Amino acid sequence: MAQTITEKILAFHAGLKEVEPGQLIEADVDIALANDVTAPIAIAEFEKLGVEKVFDKKRVLLIPDHFTPNKDIKSAEQAKILREFAQAQELKNYFEIGRVGIEHVLLPEQGLVGPGDLIIGADSHTCTYGALGAFATGVGSTDLAAAMATGKVWFKVPETIKVVYHGELPAWVEGKDLILHTIGLLKVDGALYQALEMTGETIAALPMYGRMSMANMAIEAGAKNGIIAPDEITLDYVRPRAQRDYTVFASDPDANYCRTIEIDVSKLRPQVSYPPLPDKTRTVDQAAADNIAIDQVVIGSCTNGRIEDFRLAAKLLKGKKAARFVRLMIIPGTQEVYRQMIKEGLTDIFLDAEALISPPTCGPCLGGHMGILAAGERAVATTNRNFVGRMGHPESEVYLSSPAVAAASAVLGRIATPEEIL
Amino acid sequence: MHNIEGKAWKFGDDIDTDAIIPARYLNTSDPRELAKYCMEDADAGFAAKVAAGDIIVAGKNFGCGSSREHAPIAIKASGVACVIAPTFARIFYRNAFNTGLLILESAEAAAAIADGHQVNVDPATGTIKDLTGGQTFQARPVPEFMQKLLDDGGLMAHWRKRLRDDK
Ligand code: SF4
Repeated sequence: MAQTITEKILAFHAGLKEVEPGQLIEADVDIALANDVTAPIAIAEFEKLGVEKVFDKKRVLLIPDHFTPNKDIKSAEQAKILREFAQAQELKNYFEIGRVGIEHVLLPEQGLVGPGDLIIGADSHTCTYGALGAFATGVGSTDLAAAMATGKVWFKVPETIKVVYHGELPAWVEGKDLILHTIGLLKVDGALYQALEMTGETIAALPMYGRMSMANMAIEAGAKNGIIAPDEITLDYVRPRAQRDYTVFASDPDANYCRTIEIDVSKLRPQVSYPPLPDKTRTVDQAAADNIAIDQVVIGSCTNGRIEDFRLAAKLLKGKKAARFVRLMIIPGTQEVYRQMIKEGLTDIFLDAEALISPPTCGPCLGGHMGILAAGERAVATTNRNFVGRMGHPESEVYLSSPAVAAASAVLGRIATPEEIL
Repeated sequence: MHNIEGKAWKFGDDIDTDAIIPARYLNTSDPRELAKYCMEDADAGFAAKVAAGDIIVAGKNFGCGSSREHAPIAIKASGVACVIAPTFARIFYRNAFNTGLLILESAEAAAAIADGHQVNVDPATGTIKDLTGGQTFQARPVPEFMQKLLDDGGLMAHWRKRLRDDK
């Protein structure tokens, strides 16, 4: 039977020749990860199970990135639970401050996840690794605890929606804009319980960082996973980093899809998602016409915290300054991204633009710490969610965009098109 | 399992996990602490108003957003006995089962039950009675495998049993 890439990876990890949508399977996981918000519950559940050791100390990953550097005493206590568990279990992949980065930027960069893997994470944006051609999905802490102990997880095989992108990307249009546009079409529950496979000539030409922005936001359409089949661009990224063997899977040409959507990108404009849902997508021109004054700009996160994202922002910010009453925050996704920013002189450009450069952290993305909004304040952010209260006060607002739109907006103090500051 | 009877609290579509339990409270995982802020960004003061046994009746895609298990934990610890919605976001759906929060899918019940109505739910059959409105609804059956997990006492109990049997 013809299979999609998602079906093939699930079948492979369940020890089956093939699977079909709706089928219930028990699969072996390659990687199980959690962060400082979700791991404490997972560890408590794990301990109730009466199992002494995790299934594999190289494959259980703990990444304290949300409230670190420890925001307050409570978050310090949570981070301590991870540290002590990592020590007791001799976990190979625990990342302390100074090494840690935002999980979904860090793990691909460190070669800890790769094509063909089955990855579960107690974090909904675990779906990011679908950009490498892996099956990766978010679960809760209890599912994770069971996987930490047994190396296994149960799934219902999802149906797949195929999105085919045609045409060449216009200037200033990024992977982030493609996915915001797609979520605008699908809506926030348009892919509920389903896999989202992204393909077509536009994707074939899209660099890895853009693919990661796209797979990252599959969950914002309700999808179980987002996935892009590996090609030379993927393997060029993976080869020098991979810490394990990997397997390349691809969909059969006659595989079954529950729905196929074709998108012509050649006339697309940069996108902005209005609060309070990622599917409230408009063009940047509409947003600029709406004359939306802003108080803060955040460039970073697991969606747009990679070096290419900062290069893009720097290109626009070079020789310019953030508007006088706008707080511009630059948050590199990892220490490696940070170092590269320094090497390439991007940090100087940002400092000259009077931006604040933060250590790698989730920080304001989830309204955790560093850059919280007051009532009535508005931010443009390259993050992935703009729900009520996401970055602070329930009466604050978040507009989602690419780094280019965010940079232009920081300079003009209102949502702006990149062309306006050239 | 006994029938549940309580007052309905209505919410709209796409209630996300940030509305259920805002991230600013995620520096703890203590259920009692989380319960104090349950639904805060959707209905400030909800935690103080809700009574044990009450029922949340919401629109489609309830629990979208993050994977935080703090969301079903906060709802359960606030005293809410059941959530009724047309559809649930998938991670929330799994988490609710894993943490023992009863959730029922019924588009008809979710549409018909009004705020403040007295509602009776039979967890064993999925029958939902709107006592104030005088209507009865049948929720979509729980998938067989999930039912087995529930019968075993949840995912962790299921695994405890299996690991014991394997020895
Ligand atoms: S950067 Fe934001 S979305 Fe990504 S893992 Fe951190 S909190 Fe979640």
